[in-house]
Amino acid sequence: MLEVIDVSKTFPGVRALDHVSFTLNQGEVHALVGENGAGKSTLIKVLTGVYQPDDGELRYQQQKAQFGTPMDAQHAGISTIYQEVNLVPLMSVAHNLFLGREPRNRLGLLDEGRMHREAREILAGYGVTADVRRQLGTLALGEQQMVALARAVMIDAKVVIMDEPTSSLEPREVATLFGVIRDLHSRGIGIIYVSHRLDELYQICDAVTILRDGKVVHTGKLTDLERIRLVSLMLGREMSEVRREGATAFSGAATGDTGAAPVLRASGLTSRTKLHDISFEVRPGEVVGLGGLLGAGRSETIKAIGGAYPLDSGDVQVNGVDLKKPTTVRAVKAGIAVQPEDRKAEGIIAGLSVRENIALAVLPQLSRLGLVSDSKIDAIVEKYMTRLRIKASSPDQLVGDLSGGNQQKVLLARLLATGPKVLLLDEPTRGIDVGAKAEVQSLIDELAAEGLGVVLVSSDAEELIEGADRVVVLRDGVVVGVLTGAEVTTEDLMATIAAGGNA
Amino acid sequence: MTMGIAAKTPTPPPEQAAADVRKAERTDRIVGTVQRQGALAVLVVVVLIALAAFPNFRSFDNTGTILVAAAPPMLIALGMTFVILTGGIDLSVGSLYVLGGVLAAWASQYGFVAAFAAPLLVCGAIGVANGLLIAYTRMAPFIVTLAALLGARGLMRAISSEGSETFLVKSDAFRRLGNGSFLDIGYQVWLVVALVVLGMVLLARTRFGHAVYAVGGSADAAALMGIAVHRTKVWVYVMSGLLAGLAGAINAAKLGSGVTVLGTGMELDAIAAVVIGGTLLTGGAGTIAGTIAGVLLLGVIQNLINQVGNVNSNWQQVISGTFLALVVVAQTYLVKLRRVS
Repeated sequence: MLEVIDVSKTFPGVRALDHVSFTLNQGEVHALVGENGAGKSTLIKVLTGVYQPDDGELRYQQQKAQFGTPMDAQHAGISTIYQEVNLVPLMSVAHNLFLGREPRNRLGLLDEGRMHREAREILAGYGVTADVRRQLGTLALGEQQMVALARAVMIDAKVVIMDEPTSSLEPREVATLFGVIRDLHSRGIGIIYVSHRLDELYQICDAVTILRDGKVVHTGKLTDLERIRLVSLMLGREMSEVRREGATAFSGAATGDTGAAPVLRASGLTSRTKLHDISFEVRPGEVVGLGGLLGAGRSETIKAIGGAYPLDSGDVQVNGVDLKKPTTVRAVKAGIAVQPEDRKAEGIIAGLSVRENIALAVLPQLSRLGLVSDSKIDAIVEKYMTRLRIKASSPDQLVGDLSGGNQQKVLLARLLATGPKVLLLDEPTRGIDVGAKAEVQSLIDELAAEGLGVVLVSSDAEELIEGADRVVVLRDGVVVGVLTGAEVTTEDLMATIAAGGNA
Repeated sequence: MTMGIAAKTPTPPPEQAAADVRKAERTDRIVGTVQRQGALAVLVVVVLIALAAFPNFRSFDNTGTILVAAAPPMLIALGMTFVILTGGIDLSVGSLYVLGGVLAAWASQYGFVAAFAAPLLVCGAIGVANGLLIAYTRMAPFIVTLAALLGARGLMRAISSEGSETFLVKSDAFRRLGNGSFLDIGYQVWLVVALVVLGMVLLARTRFGHAVYAVGGSADAAALMGIAVHRTKVWVYVMSGLLAGLAGAINAAKLGSGVTVLGTGMELDAIAAVVIGGTLLTGGAGTIAGTIAGVLLLGVIQNLINQVGNVNSNWQQVISGTFLALVVVAQTYLVKLRRVS
């Protein structure tokens, strides 16, 4: 009923969709999967009228369709539930449900009684029993999601697109959502379901389309597709391209397990729906990898240890000293340095020079009575620029003008200048060219050899396997396996990621 | 290679979950009530104290004085409530109020209808300009209406020879509107009551009113839900302009002339009244009933300070300011309380 035929969409520098074709049949629950940047969001935005395709066509109910705005798509019966709830938190539940379509009496005034009654009836079908006069924002996220879903379906939806609807839901709420999806399914409504939780996909979806780098790499019935095959199709590019042994610059020599006391110990990290009882240790000189799919909780784990992600419970110890509740200040003081995933947004400051970027983190340590000695800063900047082989015309060059690899090194330099004991790296080689990648990888090796504890998050299976002494595999915020030893292969990693729900 | 076993996530037992929900609903109800009725409660307390302490306060004349004095601020605050609910601000209303008064007095030489038409047309047009600029060019309401404040004041001074020429009201019918009364209550109070009731129905019982709340609560979400966000914004600034012009007109009718030196800071008093009345300055939540309480509260405080006699009337502003600060602090706390629950 909804068809995408040979659609391409290019943004400056990126081919987000490359001749993508996709078919949603009536009453089908169709999974749309792929890693970050694979083109899922772009495809959804093309379907809902947010973007116009450069090339190719959209067919809806056997007719050529063109949606100029999200409203056009909605009027045609295509509703979207976004990851973040797109309702008005300050308004009541009933008002949100009926906004713009409120029942009116003969005088043209809103019929509040009828509105509340109907809202209660409708929401009961979605397992929401809260008072419909309450402010929406005071409901649990799962309930808000249900209200959004109810609203989307109310508008005579023929197609419902769900973008990671379960990412903030409790298990009980997920069960309710699946009940609703099955009901929609039986009413012939087509559903496009985006999620990274494999268990969910196999529970609820009939068909699957896998995107990678803007191309469709597989489409077909989900039951015909083994889990491990699905995972390798999603991540698989490196696998098929590995021709020579040792695709990375890591030495491969296991330096860990020296018997030394762990420098970092995380135990029982738990945060609402994202992390469940995550524990692991890092010894000095050891590189511990965190593996798993997007949304498995890798970045959240790292941020939580660095004090930048709220925890409900769990302890972080550095050299045996408990951080109590980690805050960013305490974590830095204890010797934890975090390299965030999004280098540009959370890491470097593009408008400042290399020197200023490196000096930023050490200013508190270098200042006496609030004054900073220029020569001391120069010494530190000089030291790390040489040490990390940062290629800049001078320390005064703007960081924004450097290549991605050098930006990453500047960031590393800033982290190292604080004299950390543990280095947490989130996708340190993403988006940098091959040469720089190898350099960053060998730097990580060197730093570990000098006695730092390193935690490495990477979506690159090769990098993880070869770079880490041990890989802790996460799925849906739970540690599902720990891979140790030199004989670990990418296949082992994928098997662990793909293993069934009760592995 | 070793494999760990996944731990199942614990789910809270259903009876505890139900208790949590009940607790959340109770907190929500209580906080909501305090947010909506807080200003009214304070107003009642202040009035009770005033009745006990000042014998003159209870006289019917004095009540009439308070209401008549509160009439123009009430109209301005009414418009301001709509504007703030959309998450905007209208700084031009003080200037429009004076401009409206001068225009009404000047136009009264052409009759009763002209005395209303002139201020409403001009102030309404400025409101349209405000709204269009804010909605379609995405300029900050603060800047757009600040420009309108300066422009309208300039316009007023231009037509009144630098503010030195005071037009006298020439229409007897128009003057009677300012001084006459029905059931011993001034005509203008009736007019204001009628408009306020109309405003309450508009806000609470029409799709437009709900669109106002939605736009202020989350403009992006409102747009995705099919609300005409731009149109809604334009309308609230038009309403605000019209009401400010009308307030100026009825004040001119009362004074019998278009006084050019009034109105400075009126916009800030209106904003204060709206916020004290429980409307969030960030938009999306608030009521007209709260605004009424806010306006009356400020009026009563002013009246009391006048009665004390030997107290400098500037203390009224000190007290109003303190009040405003307290309310904003309380609001912040209440909103947080609601979110956590």
